[in-house]
Amino acid sequence: MNVTVCVKRVPDTETRVRIDGTGIETTGVKFIVSPYDEFAVEAALRTKEAAGDGAVSLLSLGDASTAESLRAGLAMGADSALLLTADVGLDGLATAKALANELQGSDDALILFGVKAADDDQQQVGPMVATLLNRPCVTGVASFEVQGDMAVCHREVEGGVEVIEVDLPAVLTITKGEYEPRYASLKGIMAAKRKPLEEKEATSVPERLRVDRLSEPPARAAGRIVGEGPDAVPELLRLLREEANAL
Amino acid sequence: MDLTPEQQSIRDAVQKLCVPFDDDYWLERDRSEEFPFDFHRAIADGGWLGIAMPEQYGGGGLGVTEAALMMHTVANSAGAMSAASAIHINIFGPHAIVVFGTDEQKQRWLPPLIRGETKSCFGVTEADAGLDTTSIATTARRTDEGYEIHGKKVWTSTAQEADKIMLLARTTPKEECERHTDGMTLFYTDLDRDYCDVTTIPKMGRASVDSCEVFVDGLPVPAEDRVGEEGQGFACLLHSLNPERILIAAEAIGIGRNALARATEYAKTRVVFDRPIGQNQAIQHPLAQSWMELEAAWMMTMRAASLYDSGEPCGLEANAAKYLAGEAGFQACTRAVMTHGGMGYAKEFHVERLLREVMIARLAPVSPELILCHIAEKALGLPKSY
Repeated sequence: MNVTVCVKRVPDTETRVRIDGTGIETTGVKFIVSPYDEFAVEAALRTKEAAGDGAVSLLSLGDASTAESLRAGLAMGADSALLLTADVGLDGLATAKALANELQGSDDALILFGVKAADDDQQQVGPMVATLLNRPCVTGVASFEVQGDMAVCHREVEGGVEVIEVDLPAVLTITKGEYEPRYASLKGIMAAKRKPLEEKEATSVPERLRVDRLSEPPARAAGRIVGEGPDAVPELLRLLREEANAL
Repeated sequence: MDLTPEQQSIRDAVQKLCVPFDDDYWLERDRSEEFPFDFHRAIADGGWLGIAMPEQYGGGGLGVTEAALMMHTVANSAGAMSAASAIHINIFGPHAIVVFGTDEQKQRWLPPLIRGETKSCFGVTEADAGLDTTSIATTARRTDEGYEIHGKKVWTSTAQEADKIMLLARTTPKEECERHTDGMTLFYTDLDRDYCDVTTIPKMGRASVDSCEVFVDGLPVPAEDRVGEEGQGFACLLHSLNPERILIAAEAIGIGRNALARATEYAKTRVVFDRPIGQNQAIQHPLAQSWMELEAAWMMTMRAASLYDSGEPCGLEANAAKYLAGEAGFQACTRAVMTHGGMGYAKEFHVERLLREVMIARLAPVSPELILCHIAEKALGLPKSY
């Protein structure tokens, strides 16, 4: 069972982001594989292990430093990686097209994505690639298993679990479910050096989304005192329910 | 001094592995004095115990630089010296086997050590000899099957858990040897409790990893458990002394940086007289000093490691690194307690634990004073003072 996992290099989620006009200041920022994509890599490795054969390939679109993130995935246990070099912006469709151009000829039974990238949170690229490749797509998959020519996917929905059966080949986007990513072992890191990591230029796809300006969210307003003692409870409840949507 | 991508992956992977073993886990071990078996298992399962062991026996085949980076990361975690000591001896302790062991010995001993199935401990130090190692009184007498060992060792870490012991014993009395360093032999053998009595020493810190006295009474050791030539034990041991100093230095810096980070965070958030205490120079300056001391010690440590890995002599640098790091780590932990004020004395803020943990790196494996003597003699050419 061959699986391709598309991964994205993003700033470490613990980084304190500073804005630089239309992007973020990258000096001194640590980059990691997007955590949702790590779930997808873990899911792919388990799928391969359960099948007893096959290969897990990684695919990424990004600048040359993205190779480091791919090495991290190889160290987890993926078999090979391909980096499509490009300047990546915020246009999900442009990213999806560049990836789909590469994946057009792929006969891998599964193409996995993280449910979203931890930096731009758009949740677009997975479903778009599926559409471009004319494959079925299940998003937000918390766990799945392959049964013959089909994947049985579990999605966590309000108050229950939705089970979706999808024909292979398919595209799945994986969310935080049961796929706690494994640690890279020393052997994995050593082996990663010898695994194939190919780099080539991405097919050029013009970005149609332009960032004019990026700014910090407004500072949080001070708290509000709604009253004192038990008399304030009804009003507090009303605000929590109607304004904060917390109840 | 920039890390290679591979070194970065090592640091990141070890860091991630340490995360589940958090402050609460180690504070609990500090109270219960229970060996951190699950932490040891996690490290062994990742293959990390073999980082500096040859690849053909299941190790990573990497150098002391990578081992130091790994131990720095481990000691920088919430586990501090307890985490480091739980695995430390397995990283460079078996080095004598790698260099002087026969193929048969390496095949027999290294793979189970790397897999974490056997744990080893180090029986070198003796109460009456201390750093004057050539004055050890433990003896190994020839028998038909091999040797019989009598004596007592002290400050043997993890002896309560260990299955194997690396033992240094005299096979020829010191006075009959041409050089004091001759006549000692190194053994790696079963820590057979029928012949060895292991007593835990109650101590200041690192509660979950025991330090012990080991009384050896007629321990039979087969000849095939001797490492290297008879009488050459001291020379065999020398090979692992510099790496050990480098690793201890890296550990002390890891603990110091942890303490400094906690102190800095506290100084930023603790408000007294309407301002964060970190805005006061009396708080800032000692912390800034610690940052510089730790950075400088780290550079010396990496320098020593890189010399060792390229086969160059590194005695001065390894000793200097251990000195600088031991002092810098200790200072950083002391300052972290002081920055926390009264809270620094409370266990829930963890800095008092770090202070207790870092003390070992200042004391062992060699005292700061003896390092100064060594530097005076070897770097400056002054007359030997001891």
